[in-house]
Amino acid sequence: MTTIGQPLDRVDGGVKTTGAAKFAAEHFYPGLTHAVLVHATISRGRITALHTDEASAVPGVVAVLTHLNAPPLKPAPKPGAFNLTVMFSGTSVNYLQSDEVHWEGQPIAVVVAETSAAAREAAALVRAEYTVTKSVVDFEGSEQDARPQPNNPLLPRGAKKGDAEAALKAAPVSLDLRYTTPPQNHNALELHATTANWDGDRLTVYDATQAIDWFRTHLALRFGVPRTNVRVLAPFVGGAFGGKSAIWPGTILAVMAARATDRPVRLVLSRESVYRTVGGRTPSIQRVALGADRDGRLTSLIHTSITRTGPIGGPFEQVTAASQHLYAAENILARHDLVSLDLLPNTFMRAPGEAIGTFAVESAIDELACELGMDPIELRMRNETAVDPIGGRKKFSHRRLRELYALGAERFDWHERNPEPRSTRDGRWLVGTGVATAFHRALTLPVNVTVRLSADGGVLVRCGFHEMGMGAATAQAQITADALGVPFDAVRVEYGDSALPLGPFAGASAQTASVAAGVVQACEELKQTLKSMARKTGGGTNEEILRRAKVPHVEAVVGSDTRLGRIAGRARFLPNFLLDAQRWVKAASGVHFCEVKVDAETGETRVSRWAGVFDIGRVINPKTAASQMRGGIVMGLGLAMAEETLVDPRTGRIMNPSLAEYHVPVHADIPPIDVSFLDDPDPKMPLGILGAGEVSTAGVGAAVANAVHHATGKRVRDLPITLDKLL
Amino acid sequence: MEIELRINGSARRLDVSPQVSLLDALREYLGLTGTKKGCDQGACGACTVLADGRRINACLALAVQYQGREITTIEGVDHPLQEAFVRTDGFQCGYCTPGQICSAIGMLAEHKDGAPSAATEHLAATGGELDDEEIRERMSGNLCRCGAYNGIVSAIKEVAK
Amino acid sequence: MKSFSYVSAPDTGTALRTIASNEDVKFLAGGTNLVDLMREGIEQPSTVVDITRLPLTGIEELPGGGIRVGALVTNSRLAADPLIRTRYPVLAQAILHGASAQLRNMATVGGNLLQRTRCMYFYDESAACNKRAPGSGCGAIGGFSRGGAVLGASEHCIATHPSDMAVALVMLDAVVEVESVRGTRRIPVAEFHRLPGDTPHIETVLAADELITAVELPPVPVAANSRYRKVRDRASYAFALVSVAAALAVEDGVVTEVRLALGGVGTKPWRATEAERVLLGRPAAEEAFRGAAEAELAAAEGGTQNAFKIELAQRTIVATLRRLLTDGSAA
Repeated sequence: MTTIGQPLDRVDGGVKTTGAAKFAAEHFYPGLTHAVLVHATISRGRITALHTDEASAVPGVVAVLTHLNAPPLKPAPKPGAFNLTVMFSGTSVNYLQSDEVHWEGQPIAVVVAETSAAAREAAALVRAEYTVTKSVVDFEGSEQDARPQPNNPLLPRGAKKGDAEAALKAAPVSLDLRYTTPPQNHNALELHATTANWDGDRLTVYDATQAIDWFRTHLALRFGVPRTNVRVLAPFVGGAFGGKSAIWPGTILAVMAARATDRPVRLVLSRESVYRTVGGRTPSIQRVALGADRDGRLTSLIHTSITRTGPIGGPFEQVTAASQHLYAAENILARHDLVSLDLLPNTFMRAPGEAIGTFAVESAIDELACELGMDPIELRMRNETAVDPIGGRKKFSHRRLRELYALGAERFDWHERNPEPRSTRDGRWLVGTGVATAFHRALTLPVNVTVRLSADGGVLVRCGFHEMGMGAATAQAQITADALGVPFDAVRVEYGDSALPLGPFAGASAQTASVAAGVVQACEELKQTLKSMARKTGGGTNEEILRRAKVPHVEAVVGSDTRLGRIAGRARFLPNFLLDAQRWVKAASGVHFCEVKVDAETGETRVSRWAGVFDIGRVINPKTAASQMRGGIVMGLGLAMAEETLVDPRTGRIMNPSLAEYHVPVHADIPPIDVSFLDDPDPKMPLGILGAGEVSTAGVGAAVANAVHHATGKRVRDLPITLDKLL
Repeated sequence: MEIELRINGSARRLDVSPQVSLLDALREYLGLTGTKKGCDQGACGACTVLADGRRINACLALAVQYQGREITTIEGVDHPLQEAFVRTDGFQCGYCTPGQICSAIGMLAEHKDGAPSAATEHLAATGGELDDEEIRERMSGNLCRCGAYNGIVSAIKEVAK
Repeated sequence: MKSFSYVSAPDTGTALRTIASNEDVKFLAGGTNLVDLMREGIEQPSTVVDITRLPLTGIEELPGGGIRVGALVTNSRLAADPLIRTRYPVLAQAILHGASAQLRNMATVGGNLLQRTRCMYFYDESAACNKRAPGSGCGAIGGFSRGGAVLGASEHCIATHPSDMAVALVMLDAVVEVESVRGTRRIPVAEFHRLPGDTPHIETVLAADELITAVELPPVPVAANSRYRKVRDRASYAFALVSVAAALAVEDGVVTEVRLALGGVGTKPWRATEAERVLLGRPAAEEAFRGAAEAELAAAEGGTQNAFKIELAQRTIVATLRRLLTDGSAA
């Protein structure tokens, strides 16, 4: 009997459908207060005056914290190769510690009150005066100032093979194209929220976070208390998508407010405050140039990107990451350039790099296929590769793109299409189909896990991982059940708490495989223990062995959460990661097949059919995994067709910080999405798992753009594909 | 000011200022946190509750205005939709789920009453079939950022049968 | 949200006396727009008079075939009303294409007429907006103006009126009935909303002490053959980029009656009188539809971001008329 591979219902289905699941803003303390942020309305300068009297006079206001009266806060940690927490500081600004303003929207005050209504009313009454200094906030207008990205072992500046520019010039067929994508925001439906309570110098925080341990370490450092004094809990997270991996001002200011007022504080960001203080996806300007012979064999592949970062932070977006591994081009150039802007730093958002990079490269491949008069799948197959195109010696641990294309084409009836653009009509609708590749590197992170088997047959798995909707606990219960040979229902999983053994951050699609590695190892150790116990006391069931040995339970511990254990873990991780990366390319992959209908007169575009086929290695739970694939596709459809954060280039102010004016897909936008898996374990990943969180978002933008081109004959190279671009 | 609300069949007295929304009254004053806040401006549907059986956005309702109305929140719901959502995996993070379920209950009642939607082909006719397109249009006031829309539609179809 | 005092009016007389004797009073009905605007600090009344207990909830047939709709009838109830669905399908359709089911269950007819623009610069307290803060300028001109109006705009304001329902009402020559302590008056919907000119903050002709009590729909036989077409960025739950309310009567291939109104393109719900004039008596065919649409949009002016609406509006007018001709009414 195996439970892995079974489409089991989620273990948290009951609490999530009855309102019983408690999110970060839903924990109560006696005397709880409510905090609200006040934002700067200039992009750079100094505060010359802050008027807080009116705010303080609102009945119920407990405190108005500003840089003039806020308690001290230690600065954000400086970057260091072994200190990953630094990546998880949303900005390098030390909040409320000086009169400096670094971005439009920076918190300049926190109002704490007995009710959230009073806090909001008072926050609206805080008035600031500024002196404004020159700032640069216009991304497109700064293109000529782009500079090469500094190199970083984890986030490389680019890659190169041969002389791609010369090969492009010499190619019989060539394209040199520009693609642009706008900033986007995660818009997890749960507003970022923190409930903070100090008890002496011990801190308890409920936070909407996908990085419990980094939050704990970071908060301990900023507030000058031992790490062991801080407990961070996130039993349920209402969607995250990368937006809840860095520590943004709201969390820090809630903890600060609790310390300053000596009261428990809940800070729920308004949707506008989420936009103003939590970074989103970088905009991009990309160049994709392809050179090929008349048979479609690529002689040159150039993919360069300009994204934004700034003096106060922002990660380096790996826009060309997928392009470096997809095609057997003789010459390749991939490069990441940056412009520095005085804006809220961007951050990781579902499939960072790949989501927007694949829009460009997979659109360009389609454009080349049109140029050559070749089926776009055939063009891809002619350039399929068994070894990494740049590394040469590097092998793919798993490469099933041919099978994926074959399976998807069959499920979608791809070959029924008339390849001629604008050739298919259904009443007022122009119908088109498009295809694109999805690709996302796989990764594992160090974890600590304990697995305990009790004499009553129950199994308890403990690990501080995160549940944001992936069905994480359900998958780990299935893995445990099979590893120990016990029923699924016998396994209980504890997660979402820094008091548990250290879990990985829930990002980079790495959580399931990382935790699985620990769980499997712990279960193996547990079985060994049971075996040796059985040798002494005689065989039988697990329960009998424990009863005869007169022990209530046995436990296996993987990893160590001591300071030394953590340092050792980190010291092992980075060299292993880099060594492994030199030998293997591990990645989840997939293919999207999209059908759109475009109103011939108005340009309204509806996605009418979708098939996604994926190689995510072993599939633990096909029901929840398919949901994750669909979710990634839906987010990709938002990216393709609607989403755009509007940053006013005159002021640096986000002008549509709301779900009314920033359009995410609604029910009516989404057709039934057909998902299938190869379900073929990867030989180099724990349990063969390649990660499911992000791969399905990659490629969606291109699949839609290619289908729209097929339907209308119009090529849109600037996201989102709104109807005005099709008129 | 002292007000009385009827929530899930029982009378609840609370002291709120007139600014307090029905949503904040439920979440902050009554501890009924099953109803969610996603935008606080009627743009996401996470706060959907039933008032006298009709679905509304609790974030745009002042608590004081809803005295005397029968309010049903997810905590007061016991409906086959809940199990259907689990079977069809009609959620991921679970944050929009209470709003989706309350909204779907209201929607099924509206359809039963013969109310048309923007997807209804012939407005004069009543009692049209609740097909995928109708469900999707009628549920479009409830965003799901995890993208569990397919599962939600399946759950509703299962129960509507 | 600024503190305010709350009064629940037991009858219309009390509501009218309260607003007549106090500054800074707002009537509260469905709350779908007002509560949002109060939360954003754009509306800051010191007193809110809850009018939802007033007896303004009837939908009555009038002698002569018209219908009188109480101001507190919810949007969803009006759209579901059998008389509205058969006699004025364009109105039912317009309402159903607005907002979401939840919002339509709350929003009222009177409130819908008074809803304020969705222009981002109006909604952002720190931005320049002549509508919100007279004399402060217009951030949308030269800023994000994709949603901006191409008809009826001025150098002071390009904000569109967001209502779908009002577009159908203006097409139907509906009349707004208003009441104050000074008496009752009737205002054609077409004259209810004002063009921005140099006073964009004055949006309607409603006086500060007046309450909308009803909307009267005159008998419009041609409306039995009518449709509402909304073009927007999402398939649902989005404001219009362009919308068209249309009713058409054709005899022997000739247009004998036509009514057209536009949403999403004008600073007020836009009756397309020029298009109607051009089309009347012409053959009911593509070319005439196109000519009428061009005539209506001849005076339109767009900037780099919203100029597409001029062509889109013309195409949508043509498509809606064609659909009426081929498929008939939405009823």
